[in-house]
Amino acid sequence: MKIGVPKEVHDGEKRVATTPDVTKHLIKLGFEVAVESGAGAGSNFSDSSYTEAGATIKEGAKTIWEESDIILKVRAPEFNSKLNTEEIDLLHEKQVIITFLWPAQNPELLKSLADKKVTALAMDSVPRISRAQKMDALSSMANIAGYRAVVEAAQHFGRFFTGQITAAGKIPPAKVMVIGAGVAGLSAIGAAKSMGAIVRAFDTRPEVKEQVESMNAEFLELDFKEEGSGTGGYAKVMSKEFIEAEMALFAEQAKEVDIIITTALIPGKPAPELIKEEMVVSMKDGSVIVDLAAEQGGNCKLSEAGIVKKVHGVSIIGYTDLPSRLATQSSQLYGTNLRHLLTDMCKEKDGNIVVDMEDEVVRGATVVKDGEVTWPPPAPKLSVAPPSKAEEKSTDTTPNQVVVEKPSWLGPLVTFLVGGLGLLGLGAVAPASFMAHFTVFVLACFVGYMVIWNVKAALHTPLMSVTNAISSIIVIGAILQISSGENMITWIAGFATTITAINIVGGFAVTRRMLEMFRR
Amino acid sequence: MSEGIVTASYVGATILFILALGGLSNQETSRRGNIFGMTGMAIALIVTIATVTSNIEILIGGLLIGGSIGLILAKRVKMTEMPELVAILHSLVGLAAVLVGYANFMDPTRLEHYAGVELTIHDIETYLGILIGAITFSGSLIAFGKLSGKIGGNPMLLPARHWLNLGLLLASVYLCSMFIDQSAAGSGLNPLLIMTGIALLFGIHMVVAIGGADMPVVVSMLNSYSGWAASATGFMLSNDLLIVTGALVGSSGAILSYIMCRAMNRKFIAVIAGGFGTTSGGSSPSADVDQGEVIALEAPDVASLLTEAKEVMIIPGYGMAVAQAQHIVCEITKTLQSKKINVRFGIHPVAGRMPGHMNVLLAEARVPYDIVYEMDEINDDFPNIDVSIVIGANDIVNPSAQTDPNSPIAGMPVLECWKGKITIVLKRGMATGYAGVQNPLFFEENTRMLFGDAKASLDKVSKSL
Repeated sequence: MKIGVPKEVHDGEKRVATTPDVTKHLIKLGFEVAVESGAGAGSNFSDSSYTEAGATIKEGAKTIWEESDIILKVRAPEFNSKLNTEEIDLLHEKQVIITFLWPAQNPELLKSLADKKVTALAMDSVPRISRAQKMDALSSMANIAGYRAVVEAAQHFGRFFTGQITAAGKIPPAKVMVIGAGVAGLSAIGAAKSMGAIVRAFDTRPEVKEQVESMNAEFLELDFKEEGSGTGGYAKVMSKEFIEAEMALFAEQAKEVDIIITTALIPGKPAPELIKEEMVVSMKDGSVIVDLAAEQGGNCKLSEAGIVKKVHGVSIIGYTDLPSRLATQSSQLYGTNLRHLLTDMCKEKDGNIVVDMEDEVVRGATVVKDGEVTWPPPAPKLSVAPPSKAEEKSTDTTPNQVVVEKPSWLGPLVTFLVGGLGLLGLGAVAPASFMAHFTVFVLACFVGYMVIWNVKAALHTPLMSVTNAISSIIVIGAILQISSGENMITWIAGFATTITAINIVGGFAVTRRMLEMFRR
Repeated sequence: MSEGIVTASYVGATILFILALGGLSNQETSRRGNIFGMTGMAIALIVTIATVTSNIEILIGGLLIGGSIGLILAKRVKMTEMPELVAILHSLVGLAAVLVGYANFMDPTRLEHYAGVELTIHDIETYLGILIGAITFSGSLIAFGKLSGKIGGNPMLLPARHWLNLGLLLASVYLCSMFIDQSAAGSGLNPLLIMTGIALLFGIHMVVAIGGADMPVVVSMLNSYSGWAASATGFMLSNDLLIVTGALVGSSGAILSYIMCRAMNRKFIAVIAGGFGTTSGGSSPSADVDQGEVIALEAPDVASLLTEAKEVMIIPGYGMAVAQAQHIVCEITKTLQSKKINVRFGIHPVAGRMPGHMNVLLAEARVPYDIVYEMDEINDDFPNIDVSIVIGANDIVNPSAQTDPNSPIAGMPVLECWKGKITIVLKRGMATGYAGVQNPLFFEENTRMLFGDAKASLDKVSKSL
């Protein structure tokens, strides 16, 4: 099948849906790849690098749209001002288009795609299950957005991030608060932390506390218990009381921190307002707010999508194209996500894809199939948080059950009775001399039992070799027999002495050799 | 020498042996413990030799020859071959028990010392000593063959093997009563010889049926048997020193076997009955499921992962022993430590072919023992581990032991390396472990594979560090 990659038409969009590297992999899978001339320019991939990777370069978007079976894009179809036509009108029947589509926000678009009798896969609808992580373009993009948010913040912030004591005076470290510790938030935490800032993070989902702390950032907590995890690893809308407590925390933090990065989004809803105007007023002059939710209305009321504004002395960054501002990286990750999806759909590796609606991942991503709207998909079976909890629980309870399990008193009783009777029976028939030896034997077993349990697991091998050496005490038997008058017995005993001597010397020597090696 | 002094010396030797075992409770006291053991043995030998009246030259000659052979063996053996050495030494104890038993039986004064019930008991003791000794002897030889690769590691299962074992047992009991009857009349060598043959067969049959992964259990079990054989001989000779020492060794081996079985979540009887790894071929549903794809890495990538990590855990398995990779592992450990990376080792109780096998190998490579941890000490730490390296281990890091109740290794405690950030698995290929179970760990999202011989791969990693 022919894959076509047109140049993105959205204003300022620099990303491209495939890179030369990804192209090579796609060709290995049996696809033909055609790229519109100049498609990779914004991401620093030249036409010639695509040709080297095995792709054909086509002039003009029209041929690409016409000749390809599969269209790979970044942005949802929109108006192409160069061709003066809607991209959607360039699609033809049976074509497959894979791109970001935002089906929840664009029901109209779905309908027109269906009218075109095409199949459309939305990269943003790939279910968030562990198997699909390698195709999760939202995470890839969020990761980049989080990183870039810190870079943008640094650009507009007048000071160092890291604290320093220099000859010219002391520089305090910048304090960064990240709200929402999803993929973007964690990425921002990591970037800010590695630049030397003091980082605090807040999230309504308590299970991310560990992740935040693992990045050496401080997790801000409320004195308020409410589970904020929704399905699919996203957050849900919280109660009024919770939001009030949250607001109080933010108001307090706003006075203290220099940079606020907000990443709070609830799927299918406008972004929650977290930073109120009075908090912005209370921030120090020169502070920066980066609002990653600006496109969905913003976590800060004052932010404006797409631009940087200075309000009350605070720079409020509302860029909505952060991934595009790191186009080479974004294209590479997005292209790889696409490749993984295509690899999954092309099981035979023969360059043909199958839209298998039984496959949970493909089912989730497919929003239009052969002219029929198939969105929304049935709810995903697994979300990220619950199984990990269930796992924890199951591992927790198993040992508990073992502990709780009441030892039956019957078992030991029977053992003692049988053992006791056996001993009595033995005592009744056996002569006294035997019983004396038997006493020694039983006591020695118990001594051995007590001593051996204290032996370190690391020393089990030396234990075996040393017990092996001392079990050669059997040599005593042979020595006692050697003076017997019978020639035969003497020689047997002599031979037995020899082999046990191997054992004694060998066993102790090798134990010694091993123990010498155990050094701190 | 008077009876009293001999007994007193034996008591001293016994105490020294107990102290020797007690010394093994930690590494600092273990060397002293070994010296106690040697002293005890020397005291026992000297005192006993002093009672010898004739043929002393044969005795001394035997001791010298045997001692030299033992010394050479101990000096020459490679640490990776320790299981084989231990197995072959067990076989010698078994053989000695058989020989001493026969010599004792052939002693013409036997019937003068014992009569009636005492004779019966004495005969049973002799019989048991030879029986256990013979089983230990042949079983250890087979174990030696399996461990050194001279005999295939797969369990060899005869049809109706349980019935066969039962038959051999019944035959032994019958022969025992026959032997007691005849021995009172002065004869009885024939039943004894037949029984020895049966016991040898039994020992062979028992060990060939046990798979390679269960070798730690077998080795410690044979260790136990060699002790019981000594103990039985002690009863036969009315010698308390032998009884006590044998009992100490016997219970030591029994406890080790128990620890090993617990570490594999297997019943002792099930291991002895054998056949591990033969039932798995597709009975587990997860084995059939397409597990996804593995992500392979090259050595330089592994090196960069390691240098970026703060906490590294190394999980060695039998593959490390086979590839003799312990020295390069130690080198990598030192390089990483010099970069302020915390490196620790996690040891599963049944890693390798003998209890404590991995510890000995790491000690040989001069890995400091205080960074080597047991599974129970370390398993909770995995969420904090940045990179775990699994070197030639498979079943001991198999998550399906916890998740798949149908798995042949279900319930076996395993090192939970998948809870760490990244696990790197060094393997020669995608073959399954001894248990014959596919390992879902390899298909985990955060697992990377480094294919190739462990030593060669690690050499490359070390160079890239």
